[in-house]
Amino acid sequence: MANKQRNLDELAAEIETGMTLGIGGWGSRRKPMALVRALLRSDVRDLTIVSYGGPDVGLLVEAGKVCRVITPFVTLDSIALDPLWRAARQAGEVELREIDEGLFYLGLQAAAWRVPFLPARGGLGSAVLDANPEIVTIENPYDAGPYADPADAGARLVAMPALRLDVACIHVNVADRAGNAMILAPDPFFDDLFLGAARRRLVTAERVIEAGTLSEQGPIERATIHRLLTDVVAETPGGAHFTANQPDYPRDEAFQRSYVTAAKDPEAFSAFKDRFLSGDEGDYQRAVDEWRAEA
Amino acid sequence: MSSLSRADICTIACAEAWRGDGEVMASPFGSIPALGARLAKASFAPDLVLTDGEAALAAGVPALTVRPDDLVREAYVPYKAIFAVVWSGRRHIMMMASQVDRFGNQNISAVGPVDRPTAQLVGVRGAPGNSLNHPTSYWVPDHSTRSFVASVDVVCGVGNDRARAAGVGATRFHDLRQVVSNLGVFDFSGPEGSMAIRSLHPGVELDEVVAKTGFELFIADAEIPSSRPPTKEELALLEQLDPKGFRSKEVPG
Repeated sequence: MANKQRNLDELAAEIETGMTLGIGGWGSRRKPMALVRALLRSDVRDLTIVSYGGPDVGLLVEAGKVCRVITPFVTLDSIALDPLWRAARQAGEVELREIDEGLFYLGLQAAAWRVPFLPARGGLGSAVLDANPEIVTIENPYDAGPYADPADAGARLVAMPALRLDVACIHVNVADRAGNAMILAPDPFFDDLFLGAARRRLVTAERVIEAGTLSEQGPIERATIHRLLTDVVAETPGGAHFTANQPDYPRDEAFQRSYVTAAKDPEAFSAFKDRFLSGDEGDYQRAVDEWRAEA
Repeated sequence: MSSLSRADICTIACAEAWRGDGEVMASPFGSIPALGARLAKASFAPDLVLTDGEAALAAGVPALTVRPDDLVREAYVPYKAIFAVVWSGRRHIMMMASQVDRFGNQNISAVGPVDRPTAQLVGVRGAPGNSLNHPTSYWVPDHSTRSFVASVDVVCGVGNDRARAAGVGATRFHDLRQVVSNLGVFDFSGPEGSMAIRSLHPGVELDEVVAKTGFELFIADAEIPSSRPPTKEELALLEQLDPKGFRSKEVPG
């Protein structure tokens, strides 16, 4: 059995300029932030980000790594809006392709199932079709015959295109070296579909353990990420910080507040970057520990 | 008896939106709708389904102050299951609206030009799909010409005019119910599904609502009803479910 474990830098090196990158999690929950921080340190740019957006989006956009964002929202959950994202949008610096949350799910599902689109009502009549002129509607092909529902005769539906990804990364509680992984946090979100939609599939985990020992870590029903979905795993303790990753840790609300405060002011954010984002992942975790000790 | 606050009236008005819905998921956004949904479940709409805000259904009727970790849960409903509920139609959402127009188009995405907005808000979220798949109401805690606008900048939740234009695929399950604001309750019983005044909160004059609305509201009767006050039992429930008075922080006075 192949050992899929690499270190964070090797995992991050999978991501190249111009790629379409899917980022798992949802809002400020279970985001692969160690990978995001690794990208902030890299020379990568011109990324298209596909994400249920949280602080991953604002940080990558502010650092000039992103040309386009495909998302239904960008939020920090307990704080509704991310100042970095707002500033970039209000300066017209980044292209936004807004997709309804449900359509976004179907787009990932279509890519994972290798079909070109999946149909939906959501999107009809809304700005989603204005913001995404490439997304078209189709006529219900079942107007007659045994499968026809007369109430939908003549209906046009959105044909949500497959959101095909060059690479995707998710963050989990525990993975094994073979590339199976367990999400012990309350919601697995759409992480399996991000991996299914991508050519290269990356997993960061709080802990990486021996292959075949995952069932000792929790109910096997929680091991929803199996090795047919993954290519690379890396151990990144605290790798979702400051987003939530229960049961390992809740969202670091105090740190998120300090991030938001800094992000509202370019000078303060420059100091924030110097303190937290100028070194490697180990430096980041140590800086957070020191910050916590002061608080 | 404590004097009746505007927040109490708004809470009852929000609760009333779910009356008669039966066994559906109530998805409230904002403190007052959250309290309203709980009050409805605790009294006249006992079959309503509430979530814990994470990945489960919340059993019973928890107070707003109960921490998520202390909630009793009745079923596991992660986001994938939530979308199955959305597409089944067994949900009545009350979303907030930064902007809402005469036909119930709603905006929570951005204000100003789409390529370079003057105010970037949260995004379309699930509003396009919610509004086409199950009953949808809106909550606007600050009724003004900035929130009740002639035309929204980004159509997130779909209004009656745009749903009609998109055809039966859009209209089949499209069901805009009510808009509750800090001034009154509105529905879409006006001509061509346009917004009509249903009731004004006690102490609110029609002139004020007209002046603070950026489009013409339909008025069916010469005598506009007054939004109903809470009963004695409901007042007790409000205190029990919102002991810290979060509702008055959302709508003062």
